[in-house]
Amino acid sequence: MSDEPRIGVFLCHCGSNIAGHLDVGAVAEHAQHLPGVVFVQENMYTCSDSGLSEIKAAIIDQRLDRVVVAACTPRTHEPLFRETCRETGLNPYLFEFVNVRDQCSWVHMREPDLATEKAKDLVSMGVAKARLLQPLEEQEVPVEPSALVVGGGMIGMTAALNLARRGFEVKLVERESSLGGLLLKLDKLYPTQDDGLPLVQQRIDEVENEPRIEVFTDSVLHTVKGFVGNYEVVVRHEEERQSSFIVGTIIVATGARVLEPTGLYGYDGKRVITQLELEERLRKNTVDADRVVMIQCVGARSAERPYCSRICCTTAIKNALEIKHHRPEAEVYILYRDTETQGTRYEAYYTQAREAGIQFIRYNPEDPPEVTKQQRVVVYDELLGAKLGIPHDLVVLSTPLIAHEDSHELAQLLKVPIDEHGFFLEAHVKLRPLDFATDGVYVAGTARWPAHLEETITQAYGAAARAATVLSKDHVTSSGVVAQVNEALCRGCGRCVDVCEFGAPSLTETRPGMSVARVNPVMCKGCGACASVCPTGAMTAMHFTDQQVTAMVRAALAVEADTERAQ
Amino acid sequence: MSETAHSAPAAAERAALVVGGGIGGIQAALDLADMGIHVHLVERLPSIGGRMAQLDKTFPTNDCSTCILSPKMNDCAHHRNITLHTYAEITALSGEAGDFTVTVLKHPRYVDESKCTGCGECERKCPSKAPDAFDVGLRDRKAIYLYFPQAVPQVMTIDPDHCVYLQRGKCGACVKVCETGAIDFTQEAQEITLRVGAVTVATGFDFFDPRGLTQFGYERCPNVITALEYERLISASGPTDGHLRRRSDDQPVQRVGFIQCVGSRDVRHQLFCSSVCCMHSSKQAVLAAEHQPGVECTVFYTDFRASGKGFREYVARAEDEYGVRYVRSRVARIDEDENQNPVIHYEDTESSRPARMTVDLAVLATSLIPRPDTSELAGILGIDLDSHGFVKTEPFAPVDTTRSGIFAAGCCRGPFDIPETVMQASAAAARAARVVEGPVREPVAAV
Repeated sequence: MSDEPRIGVFLCHCGSNIAGHLDVGAVAEHAQHLPGVVFVQENMYTCSDSGLSEIKAAIIDQRLDRVVVAACTPRTHEPLFRETCRETGLNPYLFEFVNVRDQCSWVHMREPDLATEKAKDLVSMGVAKARLLQPLEEQEVPVEPSALVVGGGMIGMTAALNLARRGFEVKLVERESSLGGLLLKLDKLYPTQDDGLPLVQQRIDEVENEPRIEVFTDSVLHTVKGFVGNYEVVVRHEEERQSSFIVGTIIVATGARVLEPTGLYGYDGKRVITQLELEERLRKNTVDADRVVMIQCVGARSAERPYCSRICCTTAIKNALEIKHHRPEAEVYILYRDTETQGTRYEAYYTQAREAGIQFIRYNPEDPPEVTKQQRVVVYDELLGAKLGIPHDLVVLSTPLIAHEDSHELAQLLKVPIDEHGFFLEAHVKLRPLDFATDGVYVAGTARWPAHLEETITQAYGAAARAATVLSKDHVTSSGVVAQVNEALCRGCGRCVDVCEFGAPSLTETRPGMSVARVNPVMCKGCGACASVCPTGAMTAMHFTDQQVTAMVRAALAVEADTERAQ
Repeated sequence: MSETAHSAPAAAERAALVVGGGIGGIQAALDLADMGIHVHLVERLPSIGGRMAQLDKTFPTNDCSTCILSPKMNDCAHHRNITLHTYAEITALSGEAGDFTVTVLKHPRYVDESKCTGCGECERKCPSKAPDAFDVGLRDRKAIYLYFPQAVPQVMTIDPDHCVYLQRGKCGACVKVCETGAIDFTQEAQEITLRVGAVTVATGFDFFDPRGLTQFGYERCPNVITALEYERLISASGPTDGHLRRRSDDQPVQRVGFIQCVGSRDVRHQLFCSSVCCMHSSKQAVLAAEHQPGVECTVFYTDFRASGKGFREYVARAEDEYGVRYVRSRVARIDEDENQNPVIHYEDTESSRPARMTVDLAVLATSLIPRPDTSELAGILGIDLDSHGFVKTEPFAPVDTTRSGIFAAGCCRGPFDIPETVMQASAAAARAARVVEGPVREPVAAV
């Protein structure tokens, strides 16, 4: 190559996140002398509007054809810098990110000299790769303007209705024989004490009368293939019947179930029952108890299940108020650890409960309540500093929401992650709470995490909005960082097909008895697994070619050798 | 394509208004814009970013707040479907769902937004100072200033109350150094009329002023600060470059006390729980320990509320890995010893005994309250507020206000953490989009 690339290197201080722990000036000085580098600049925050403007100005003024940014992490900021290059007309894949915060300054906070040396190495490697970067093209594929909603409870129905009423076709899949979900089993709803049934029945009626929603009850997801904008779904119904269709997006709203407290506090389903069983009795008006003791956090906030299930305090209050409503003379005790009644509505609800005469007694998990054979609940009351023996007719155990047993199977079908408790794991807990990392797949409701009905309805609308951001578009654009096949070298052995987690490569017969691998760029995540197993070198992970990676390794080792010589 | 008589709504009506440019307004705007709806995003301050921009890190991942927010702010600035109206307010609204007419008053920056590059030369030359609102007054800024380093848009603003030229007609130091000629002292407030189909309110919250609670010693004791002040002090972009030091003597801190429910769950002030403080203070304690290993942090709490995703695990780590102590208590008062160390007097509500603890720094987790201008905005928009002064919504239609076509998300509805706010913002976008788009064409099969 006669034309040596013109590389610009931008070094971010990230406030003091980087500059506080290593010598950015020394790294800049080092970068000046790297082959191909014609411009070096430090920024307080390269990602700020001014930082981006400086990159753009340098691309034009310095005629840069490669941009290297040494900053936080490509995980959050690579798209921004690529877009900045694109805005000046530079192919966005001529940009290289060097991670000097997450992988350098933060992990070597107490070793500034070594961190500076490492940052120099990382920048050398980034520049070495940048010299060999090639412009890559993105591809557009059309979007099927329809959605699959998995789960026909309140949340799935709400999301489906919002999308359908905006003109998108929706397939709603429910494994039970009717829509409605867990809400069908509840008596009242908090904090209004409204009946649950009319609300859910109204939604069911709306869904059944909505021509754009096709409901499949007694049905489960069988297979899912494809990618954002084009998911091929097969649903299996009763008696092995199947339906298949193509949807643009998928919303997971499969809900959760209530833990059955087998072996805890003498649970017997008769005198010692769960809140859910109490709801059934309240609905049938068969609660016949003058002294009710509710115990919170049964099977929750324990070593086995350390999380708080969020809704149990308010559920206990709701049912306690209902008991008091039917029998004002009844004594109701709630034995709790921390009242989880956040915000305006639920704190007011807690106050309402105390004003209604419901007794709250805090217990210590190291000295938990005991349900005795003498029909007493014995608990140590911190306020009194004494053990109380509360006589009772009924003990109600507040047990947490837990993930469905088969949540991991659905997760595997959709290729999305679940957490250690079996709840679905979103792309980013803070700013992408309803997205999965897999494009076009979203989550709402208690399949994600225990949440109040108000919150899950919010999530239903929210997931519908997120899905609509894809469905509103005519097409989606693939990344340029994908695998490419040199068909002249490919023997059609299919190892790439076997190793790919995303189903991106497939074999195509080019002439009788001769197949070659071809990669669907929209499905390919650019991981390079196929390239690493390809025996002939036909498969290349673009943006991470052997040549580029080798250059990075050489750059790292060359610096090492220099240091040795100096010593 | 169908040839039915249904025409798309007129371009002016296929637009939505979002009021408030914090994380809630940003998310609502991005979702609507990505659905192909034009968004007018109106922000009162010179930059979008809101409260989240003032935070150092965020629980439960300890993600740097600016680092995850900044890309979204820039997405807003660059989105072809978003028009930013910063330093602007809503002054009137008429019409009905699907066709509102909104008046926006844009305050004069005295800087031409199209010319300013945000280079900051003017700021260096400006002779006049004023308290920096972004840093809650912990340091001064100049009379011409960038709201914060990552501000969007990246343009300067002149504070007319402190600008020597605007006050006395003399100076103009900024004019002399500005290479693009962006300074414009003749700029006047400008009224803009917009037609939009739906409105999303995401104006956020304010912090309760702890001066009303004299027993906590705020103002009287320099080493008693608010949680927001702490956030700025521990932030790398804050007034101390992230070094946690005492206000009284600039010494590093060894012992920090975090006081929960300051103004919250208090019959004399806010009846409600502010939702975020238990986790927010836990995060602040973890950050103290990260900045300075060995620092002793104690959280004085009423009930410990941590039911969000990953929250209990975070608190367990705060206790086990960072040695944060949690004391169930009610703090009665804070005074100080001869070294200006805050002395926290409290009742340990587990043992029902009074006790006290001397610390180097006491941090007050003050309530999240409605912004003072919420009632004025509600009057303009014709929406109701709840008994606390937050925008009123119903539990099972959580982002719908009392007026059709107007939606609300985030802390203008009550205290919520960032993920809850983001989810509400997306929900409001879904609801607003339905109104903006109007009734859809019936499928052929249904006719």
